[in-house]
Amino acid sequence: MTADPSIFEVARAVQDGSQACLPTVEAILATIAAREPEIRAFLFHDPEQVLREAQAIDDRARAGDVVGPLAGVTVALKDNLTTEETPTTCASKILEHWVPPYSATVVERLRAAGAIVIGKTNLDEFAMGSSTENSAFQVTKNPLDTTRVPGGSSGGSAAAVAARFAHVALGSDTGGSIRQPAALCGVVGFKPTYGLVSRYGLIAFASSLDQIGPFGRSVEDAGALFEIIAGHDSRDSTSLDRPAPQVLDRKDRGVEGLRVGVVADLVNFCSPDVVRRCREAADGLARAGALVEEVSVPATTLGLSAYYIIAPAEASSNLARFDGVRFGLREEGADMTETYVKTRSAGFGAEVKRRIMLGTYALSAGYYEAYYGKAQRVRTLIIRAFDEIYRRFDLLLCPTSPTTAFRTGDKANDPMAMYLNDVCTIPSSLAGHPAMSVPFGEGDDGLPVGVQLLGPALSDPLLFQAAFVLQEMANEHKRLSAARLDRTDRGGDV
Amino acid sequence: MSGKDDTMFEEISDAWELVVGLEVHTELKTTTKLFCGCSNQFGSEPNTNICPVCLGLPGSLPVLNRHAVELSIRVGLALNCTVQASLFHRKNYFYPDMPKDYQISQYDLPLNIRGHLVLPSGHRVGIERAHMEEDTGKSSHLGGSGRISSASASLIDYNRSGVPLVEIVSAPDIHTPEQAREYVSELRSVLVAVGASDGKMEEGSLRVDANVSVRPRGSTELRTRCEIKNLNSLRSLGRAIAHEANRHIALYESGESPTQQTRFWDESGQVTGALRTKEEANDYRYFPEPDLVPLAPSQEWIQSIRDTLPELPQQRREWVMDLCGEATTNDRIETAISDELYPFLVATLRSGLSPQRVVARTSNELAAELPLPNYFSTERFVEICSLEERGELTPTQVKTLLTEATHDDAPISELIARLGLVAISADSLAEIVNSVIEESPAEWTRFVEGEQQLRGFLVGKIMKASKGKADGKVVGEMLVERVSAAKKVG
Ligand SMILES: [Zn+2]
Repeated sequence: MTADPSIFEVARAVQDGSQACLPTVEAILATIAAREPEIRAFLFHDPEQVLREAQAIDDRARAGDVVGPLAGVTVALKDNLTTEETPTTCASKILEHWVPPYSATVVERLRAAGAIVIGKTNLDEFAMGSSTENSAFQVTKNPLDTTRVPGGSSGGSAAAVAARFAHVALGSDTGGSIRQPAALCGVVGFKPTYGLVSRYGLIAFASSLDQIGPFGRSVEDAGALFEIIAGHDSRDSTSLDRPAPQVLDRKDRGVEGLRVGVVADLVNFCSPDVVRRCREAADGLARAGALVEEVSVPATTLGLSAYYIIAPAEASSNLARFDGVRFGLREEGADMTETYVKTRSAGFGAEVKRRIMLGTYALSAGYYEAYYGKAQRVRTLIIRAFDEIYRRFDLLLCPTSPTTAFRTGDKANDPMAMYLNDVCTIPSSLAGHPAMSVPFGEGDDGLPVGVQLLGPALSDPLLFQAAFVLQEMANEHKRLSAARLDRTDRGGDV
Repeated sequence: MSGKDDTMFEEISDAWELVVGLEVHTELKTTTKLFCGCSNQFGSEPNTNICPVCLGLPGSLPVLNRHAVELSIRVGLALNCTVQASLFHRKNYFYPDMPKDYQISQYDLPLNIRGHLVLPSGHRVGIERAHMEEDTGKSSHLGGSGRISSASASLIDYNRSGVPLVEIVSAPDIHTPEQAREYVSELRSVLVAVGASDGKMEEGSLRVDANVSVRPRGSTELRTRCEIKNLNSLRSLGRAIAHEANRHIALYESGESPTQQTRFWDESGQVTGALRTKEEANDYRYFPEPDLVPLAPSQEWIQSIRDTLPELPQQRREWVMDLCGEATTNDRIETAISDELYPFLVATLRSGLSPQRVVARTSNELAAELPLPNYFSTERFVEICSLEERGELTPTQVKTLLTEATHDDAPISELIARLGLVAISADSLAEIVNSVIEESPAEWTRFVEGEQQLRGFLVGKIMKASKGKADGKVVGEMLVERVSAAKKVG
């Protein structure tokens, strides 16, 4: 297989005129027209607008204007990122017709870089879920097997990239919402260190955990998109006051001498085929010169229960503003209280209501210490455990998702089973650490498996350095099995 | 009712002691709001000073205004508080004028803790905390009683949403309605002096809630308290506290007890009424605001703020009292040290003029001319007061001149000439005194023999004959001289 050009290469070709933007975009729109009715990745998609933008970029490039490092690159945006003059719904009825008066910082940065927003993608309502089945509007299908879920909550963005509906996409990750769908759709998904990417304009689920990050079909693309969106933003107080890290220059640096710990504790939660791929990835890194060792980090198994207190607690407060007074849905009642109740009852789906109730309870007088207080202490415990382990290791490796993509509907009525999907991704979310899912072979069902690289705060470049190596091994593996398949076929002919 | 003396409404039985703690909210005088760049200006067209942040639109985030922190620290330092590392929390409850349906406030780690305020009477009131928070929007309820429950529609102005507030919580150290008024009035002066607030109660930039309970005099217990919300004038404050105390006393004396409640002051009925009981109170579900980082002002910053604190009312008061001694009343001093007049008082005192006299001129004549025009400089005031000090003008003439000099920017010398304000010469005055003595020989003889009541009669005749140009003090001195001369001759 021939490698796609990276998105920076796409932009350079648009700039120098060697490959105009419009034909590329037309091809993408044709792909969308053909497959979107089945995949249903988009909540908003306006082909006319996209064509106008593509034409404008070509015109500017021809006129010799600098059109930006992402000129002509198509980006799909998770529909919890505000876009001025374009509806932003969070896949919720409560925001169904809301058009924000402002754009998220990341969207402004993409536009300034010349990127074209191809559409707004489906998600679990308010990013609460792991399958994109919790959308109030539609169920997104996994492009690799449309009987399966794409994962979630950024399932629409992951599916859009996997289905070639866009070069790259942005998602948001609160407990794994970028990494898990990336794994299930066979693409790269990256959650940066908390504070490296501005949250201004990301409609909050759990503020202390939410982080915007990229999807790409390659580590290069995810890295290029990350370099554009990262960096200090004065509109987000939790934004780190430092420039965007450079990650693409970590390609070809190898993993010689890197100390990589393979997390043993999470294996019990994962299916054998997924565990096998993770072991292969570890072996591959060892062959490439990394010092690989199995390691136990028992605190990581506590993450799930702490997360399902902290995230709903913050959500219960973040989602209070959807009250029918200033924007979004309003169901009139006889008085103000009834208006609140009717609006929120009609506007929120079951999973959102469940989490608001959980969070409200956890923060209530008399229960705060037993739930929220204790969860925060567990969070501190996990951070300390990581601090300890990162004295001995540069990076950790574990599966991203316990299984490959499951069938649509399989877990929809079992919240606990659904929550368990995040067991491997939650610990680094609680710690605010970077983590990345890289496709690495297939499971027994032939669907992609993602392996996850974890690192301490601000180790983002190092994650990319190792991810480039894993990507190379995965591609090599693909080439070998393709060749084997080829030989077997010919052998049959003889 | 307004004509009657306030104390009539504030009588409380001697058998009981009033225990009051006050929570005062003050809007900070910043250019922009607490968490966004919108203008913090009172009186703009409704919903013109708004943006995604102060409207709580999805995806917006707060960024703390450094100037608001600085003003809050100034308030804390002026109230003798300890400034500490602090944290913002979310206070969760639903209300239409609160855009996010939570208020960003400070909870268990407020910016300023443990201070005190000494009142002009000398009474000391503890300050438990002075913390930062954001204001809400302003609702107007149409139809019904003006409360949301009975309104047919409500209008909301979000201009006030996100305006920085400091909430100053006193210890329950206030024991009379008079002390409550004195506390708020002194606190207001401090807030204005440090530049934190414009102190305008009528515009809502100072809002007071009172926690009221009573106990048998001599006891130190704290009984059930009721919180009275939004007492927005000093008069309402005193009356509401007294009314509430008497309500408690009546309950206790009839064998009942008050229940812990939030109440309001009904201005038209002059009574307090229940808003909600403790059981109905909100559970605010406070938790640390994850969109903001902890606020930890450095010691250097705190010190630099302390270094720029102005003179506070208590320091002004002590300085003026020291200069004047017992002779000047507290009321006069309080007026003279007010912000508008204090610079004039300072200028005259620094020029070495008689403290008692300039305090009198400042607190009476000058105060009557407020607000003063820009051209009325401190130098102009010193010039006028000096004329009196040197005996060139009489007090009556000075009063005339002050009125003119605050309405006409001509030089003082020109005003004096125009008004014909020339003090009478000692020779002419002596002649007038002689002629008055000659005209009233019987009265004069009785005065010389010690009948002091006749002094006023004689001075009055002399002043009249001089057409007000004589200085009453000089005339008095002259009469004393004449009496002793007459006695020697006799
Ligand atoms: Zn604003």
